[in-house]
Amino acid sequence: MIEPAAYCVALLLALSALGVCIARFRRANYMIYPACALVCVALLAIGLVSLGASLTSTAFHATLPWVGAVSLPTGVTQLRLPLGLPWIGVNFRLDALAGAFLVLIGLGGASASLYAIGYGRHETEPARVIPFVPAFLAGMTLVVIADDAFAFLFAWELMSLSSWALVMAHHRDEGNAHAGYVYLIMAVFSGLTLLLAFGLLAGPSAGFTFAAIRAAHLPPVTVGIIFVLVMIGTGSKAGVVPLHVWLPLAHPAAPSHVSALMSGVMTKVAIYAFIRIVFDLLGVPSWWSAVVVLVVGGVTSVMGVLYALMEHDLKRLLAYHTVENIGIIFIGLGLAMAFWANGLLAGAALALTAALFHVFNHSVFKSLLFFGSGAVLTATGERDMEHLGGLIHRMPQTAFVFLVGCAAISALPPLNGFVSEWLTFQAIVLHPEMPQWGLKISIPADGALLALSAALAAACFVKAFGVSFLGRPRTQPAAQAHEVDGFSLTAMYVLAAICLLAGVLPGAVIDTLSPVTQALMGAHMPTQMDRAWLSIVPIAEARSSYDGLLIFLFIAASAWIMALAVHRFASRRSRRSPAWDCGFPDPSVDTQYTAASFAQPIRRVFGAVVFGSREVVTMPLPGDMAAAQIEKHIHDPAWETLYAPIGAAVTAIADWMNVLQFLTIRRYLAFVFVALILLLLVLALWQ
Amino acid sequence: MMDAQLIPDLLIQGVQMTSVLVLAPLLTGLVRIVKARLQRRRGPPLWQPYRDLRRLLGKEVVLAENASWLFRAAPYLIFAVTWVAAALIPTFATGLLFSWSGDLIAITALLGSARFMLALAGMDIGTSFGGIGSSREVMIASLAEPAMLMIVITVALVAGSTQLSTIAVVMATHHVGLRVSLALALIAFIIVALAENARIPVDNPATHLELTMVHEAMVLEYSGRHLAMIDLAAFLKLSLYVSLIWCMFCPFGMAQGDWAQSGWGIGYYLLAMPIYLAKLAVGGVLLGVLEVSIAKMRVFRVPNFLGAAFMLGLLGVLLLFVSQGM
Repeated sequence: MIEPAAYCVALLLALSALGVCIARFRRANYMIYPACALVCVALLAIGLVSLGASLTSTAFHATLPWVGAVSLPTGVTQLRLPLGLPWIGVNFRLDALAGAFLVLIGLGGASASLYAIGYGRHETEPARVIPFVPAFLAGMTLVVIADDAFAFLFAWELMSLSSWALVMAHHRDEGNAHAGYVYLIMAVFSGLTLLLAFGLLAGPSAGFTFAAIRAAHLPPVTVGIIFVLVMIGTGSKAGVVPLHVWLPLAHPAAPSHVSALMSGVMTKVAIYAFIRIVFDLLGVPSWWSAVVVLVVGGVTSVMGVLYALMEHDLKRLLAYHTVENIGIIFIGLGLAMAFWANGLLAGAALALTAALFHVFNHSVFKSLLFFGSGAVLTATGERDMEHLGGLIHRMPQTAFVFLVGCAAISALPPLNGFVSEWLTFQAIVLHPEMPQWGLKISIPADGALLALSAALAAACFVKAFGVSFLGRPRTQPAAQAHEVDGFSLTAMYVLAAICLLAGVLPGAVIDTLSPVTQALMGAHMPTQMDRAWLSIVPIAEARSSYDGLLIFLFIAASAWIMALAVHRFASRRSRRSPAWDCGFPDPSVDTQYTAASFAQPIRRVFGAVVFGSREVVTMPLPGDMAAAQIEKHIHDPAWETLYAPIGAAVTAIADWMNVLQFLTIRRYLAFVFVALILLLLVLALWQ
Repeated sequence: MMDAQLIPDLLIQGVQMTSVLVLAPLLTGLVRIVKARLQRRRGPPLWQPYRDLRRLLGKEVVLAENASWLFRAAPYLIFAVTWVAAALIPTFATGLLFSWSGDLIAITALLGSARFMLALAGMDIGTSFGGIGSSREVMIASLAEPAMLMIVITVALVAGSTQLSTIAVVMATHHVGLRVSLALALIAFIIVALAENARIPVDNPATHLELTMVHEAMVLEYSGRHLAMIDLAAFLKLSLYVSLIWCMFCPFGMAQGDWAQSGWGIGYYLLAMPIYLAKLAVGGVLLGVLEVSIAKMRVFRVPNFLGAAFMLGLLGVLLLFVSQGM
């Protein structure tokens, strides 16, 4: 199955080249994006087929347990092209893990392309967007199918650069140039750490293919250093705290379908890179690395949602929620590493499945939410929630699908977000008898942080939906909004339907993911789809089970029956009148709760500790006609404690080194000479 | 699953679902009467909540001019979600037919869904009262829900299951004994239950027109059958929490699933039902006594109160991770 995937990449690159030529024409929108959507559907199919092939092979091995150790899954296919490094070529490989993430890229890419057919019509500078979208998709696909370090890093940089170009699409808008600059620095930093990690992985013998890396046995210290480098490199791309600062700047700056791709898919490709290197290339982890992942995941999830609560820009709020969800995924990965390090394979399979399930879920609902925010942006020209309101009347369909997305990301049953968090909780309560103290403390602490972030996420999405879509319109554009086009709505409806389907039929998703955990750790969750009533049972029925389908049917049936009964037997009359509001309704729309006032209690409870937030109220004296004022002050701890000092240090060093720019040619030659001598000395001492 | 077994199982599940629905207003009436008697008032009769519901159901709905479809659909959804959550709790018998379709985490999350809908409905009209109610409700929930999940994890670690039926069986039959972690969880759970049901000291269910109100501010714009649905959901939630306390911490006198097969048949269920009624009554009286004996808190002291519950829950979990016997 690898050849069709390679053809898809070639097609995407060709589309990108075509896009350069025709982007100036008005019809380019209707040519490039449908073609992209078709290629992405093909990628989706390829991913599913390769997962299916692995699925049948795992089923085969399950029935033949004696095959065990020598199992080479039949779903794996490889391809070698005579490009890249001359002695190894460019290697591609499609296994279960790559297949799962191909499904993700295909789904995200197809829905974003479909959405963009309509959304792209409003694009002011299509030539800055259209050529880069296929290249971005091609870059992400290449990362997932790469099978040597060179191809991987090349694809990684292609992904970073093409997305950077998309972030800079509207470079004249305020703040976007800064966003692009910060993104570029963080992307280069991430690429650099991964370069070092692969250098250590390949070792002095330069075995750059993944097969050679897997076969090599590295000393534990080297493995530790590689792990830290990979955590930094992939974590900064995925957006873990405190390496997240570029994410809420860059994701909202791009056009909305690209925001959806960056948040929904590109961060997942970073997760893929983490899983590929740590789980596949490095093998069984040490317990301390699990503690690192757990701590990072827990802190990221709560910090991400707290940042989001302080936000009133709809797209930035969604970007901060990406940070939160990346944290939840890392909690799942950390649990899997902790269990795997202690040889508890069933638990590890459960935790890894939970993480991968959340990867899928987040990709779906975050794309949906970014599409919704893009629809709001198209209809009103506003991203600031304080200028919105009442859109449920003007854009009922967008409001409905956005509500589904909000409920899904808030982990509410019967939608999909709940299932993955439920599985993560099941993993947390599974093994209290961990031998290491670091895990004994960090696993329950992560349970608390996960619970906190889930509750805060629900609060945040009540705010996001309530302020933008409910209430009364706060500005003229919001009052005159209009529903968006059919392409955009179709894309959103498809994703909303997937949110519901994955929520009521979670067993299908879990079973589809089982070859991935089987290939990585040699264990998978019990088969779910043959259970009665399609319920899911992670370990044993007496322990825990959940049936999304039945819960959904019960809720739907009892709500419907109750509504019917009340209307039939009690009263069905209703009448419209002005709002009650305790007898003193105020016609001014400014009396409504805004995003800032809605979050004020939470800002007061959590923000004082985390963000050092405070409010200064200035009350004029009696008789003074000046307006009373309230000012809020919020500090960004990551920026102020980490990035500002580093930035200041870099500037100081640059100032100090400034003299070096004004030397004579002889001095420069002397520098070169001294550097050469030093390097030769180092080499001599080394040997 | 045998067909011969299916009919009685369905019947018992049906009795459970109907009984929680029918008994819920009675519990609220009982709490009100206990509070009134302790304040030397006569108070409303026990069945006043039923009368209120009937009166509200018969009235016409007055909708604000800019109420959306969400405002009209929310009451039925809130009711349905709360009812499904209540149906999943073993009240008088364990091992109910559909009890495996959701565990304790799912019940917590279902109540979260109901709250999500209610908070949104509060913001739909765009009045300042709705906003204040929703904003404070989510602030309270942002601490109460994690505290609840910590309690769930504590109980799940002790019982080795998040399934309520299994928890009840383990707590009732095995030798669990007195445990520090369970005691912490019980205290935390009582705090969470007070907050979730908008009781004193967190919120006052008997006020209108007061700036400290949370739940009542959210539902201020509701009237008629919509308000009846929301009130019924609130009654259900109270009885759900009282049942949950008994089910998790003192599940004695419940009909176990295997009793039915032991030849006694329906007799156990007939015995278990009055025990459940007595449990509800004890819970109601204790709640009434608690409510008259303490004052309502300032709204910004509520986070400290709930934070204590969260910390107690976390402490219980940590104790169990450190030592299985705690």
